[in-house]
Amino acid sequence: MSNIVVVAEVRGGALKRPSLEAVTAALQLAGQSGAKVAVIACGAGLDAACAELGKSGAHKVVAIDGPAFANYSGDAYAKAVVEQCKALAASAVLMAHTAMGKDLLPRVSALLDTGIVTDVVAVGFEGGAFTAKKPVFAGKATLAVRAAKAPFVATLRPNNFAAAAGGAGAETQKVAAPGGNLLSVVKEIVASGGGKTPLQEAKVVVAGGRGLKEAQHFKMIEDLAAAFGPGVAAVGASRAIVDAGWRPHSEQVGQTGKVVSPPLYFAIGISGAIQHIAGMRTARTIVAINQDADAPIFKIADFGIVGDAFEVVPALTTAIAAIVAGK
Amino acid sequence: MDIVVCIKRVPATDTAIKIAADGKSIDPTGVTFELNAYDEFALEQALRIKEQLNAGSVTVVTIGPKECKKQLDDALARGADKAVLLSTTEWVYDGASTAAALAAWIKTVPCNLVLCGRQAVDSDNNQLPANLAGRLGFACVTEVSKLALDNGVFTAERDIEGAREVVTCKTPAVVSCHKGLNEPRYANLKGIMAAKKKPFVEQPVQLGSKAMEIVALTLPPARAAGKIVGTGVDAVPALIAALREIKVL
Repeated sequence: MSNIVVVAEVRGGALKRPSLEAVTAALQLAGQSGAKVAVIACGAGLDAACAELGKSGAHKVVAIDGPAFANYSGDAYAKAVVEQCKALAASAVLMAHTAMGKDLLPRVSALLDTGIVTDVVAVGFEGGAFTAKKPVFAGKATLAVRAAKAPFVATLRPNNFAAAAGGAGAETQKVAAPGGNLLSVVKEIVASGGGKTPLQEAKVVVAGGRGLKEAQHFKMIEDLAAAFGPGVAAVGASRAIVDAGWRPHSEQVGQTGKVVSPPLYFAIGISGAIQHIAGMRTARTIVAINQDADAPIFKIADFGIVGDAFEVVPALTTAIAAIVAGK
Repeated sequence: MDIVVCIKRVPATDTAIKIAADGKSIDPTGVTFELNAYDEFALEQALRIKEQLNAGSVTVVTIGPKECKKQLDDALARGADKAVLLSTTEWVYDGASTAAALAAWIKTVPCNLVLCGRQAVDSDNNQLPANLAGRLGFACVTEVSKLALDNGVFTAERDIEGAREVVTCKTPAVVSCHKGLNEPRYANLKGIMAAKKKPFVEQPVQLGSKAMEIVALTLPPARAAGKIVGTGVDAVPALIAALREIKVL
């Protein structure tokens, strides 16, 4: 029987949540196409990640485990993943559209001599062919495609599928990570911002823009994010304040920054330029706080407050901190 | 070091997209095209590497319509040595066929480094560089915002979720470039004059069958108009209540 294969992302022994979202998509495709779900994980010391994956609903977990794979190498991982995809008779290969997914899966698709569709928000199986939808032109349009080559390879936008949970224990197969000549390899990972919640994985994004007037006022954005408790919210920034040097580019949300789809997005002092909206329009709920009642951001926000961020945001921070403390 | 820079001509980022009558492509009427923003960083980095080594060549290549000559001429004016237009009238969106055509061409020229933008802002694929590397058997590092070359080995830095990765990368390599890598130069008059004498090659390319066939290109549903819950600090309780009602708080 063929397998819908998920390539899991494990960093420092920890399974990254978007991997479980990919399992959800894989289970859907497996149901539609009559296949099983197998997960491939690469790394060194994968037992904890495999235990978690084993309870995701996947039927099988293949762990390519060993010191040679302690650090990510696009070429070495791709070669090992492709070998396992062939052994698993993969009809589809899915991975999250993360920094690692974007680096790894195109190479996997090339080695499998097949196509790839990236940053996918919906998958399907219709009339014997895999299908996918993805935003193009920074979300100004949606492209629907049908795979004409096998296997179907896709990266999935994070925060777009629910994380899989509640399966029975899957069979786990261990494969020794092959050593050898690495063309590129990660030498060091430097935590930026002291273990902050990654922007694209955060359940809440609090973003600030030029309406904050001065770089030092960004602290109120950080305070509101912190009010949600540890590991929940991340801060984002508009292009204007990144270009002004107030915030690093890694926090920029928009067409030339990051595209985020959190359940809850706060746009504070952000007018809503086309290129910013491209980066956050798929958030489930958008809250805008802006002094200008005519700001375009209010046309796409679910809830808006017209007012001075300097008054509204601290009050909101206090109210949310009280709710979080009460939970 | 012989460097190939892959560029793409794309609709300007402030373009409002309209769908063509075929329901599978954009209506180009009134659309302004420009060099893909991320490709500017790739071209600039190529020129800097050539300057650092004081040797080698920079060839800029694209797959696209004849109108791409404008973007290629601009690249020559900024300092590239040679421009190649692999011409087609098709929309270049399919990763596999594009990477295959580019890899086939790259194999015919001297090349130990391919530089690309991290993604083209039309198809938003972010897959060509690693795809190309796989087909060429080159090392690869993507979305790089800092790059140093020492003795034929690159040290690259790139942002990942919540951290920054330092990657070493051998040559030959494909490197995709992100914002922050450098400040691109613009063409000056001397460069524009010099460009007229530089080699420009145009040859047709067959992209072949697509691995991903377009079913439809549609505009996303507009977000339902929201609600202003109030004005000023007094509106905070109403906002909290609204967020609690839909269970996001």
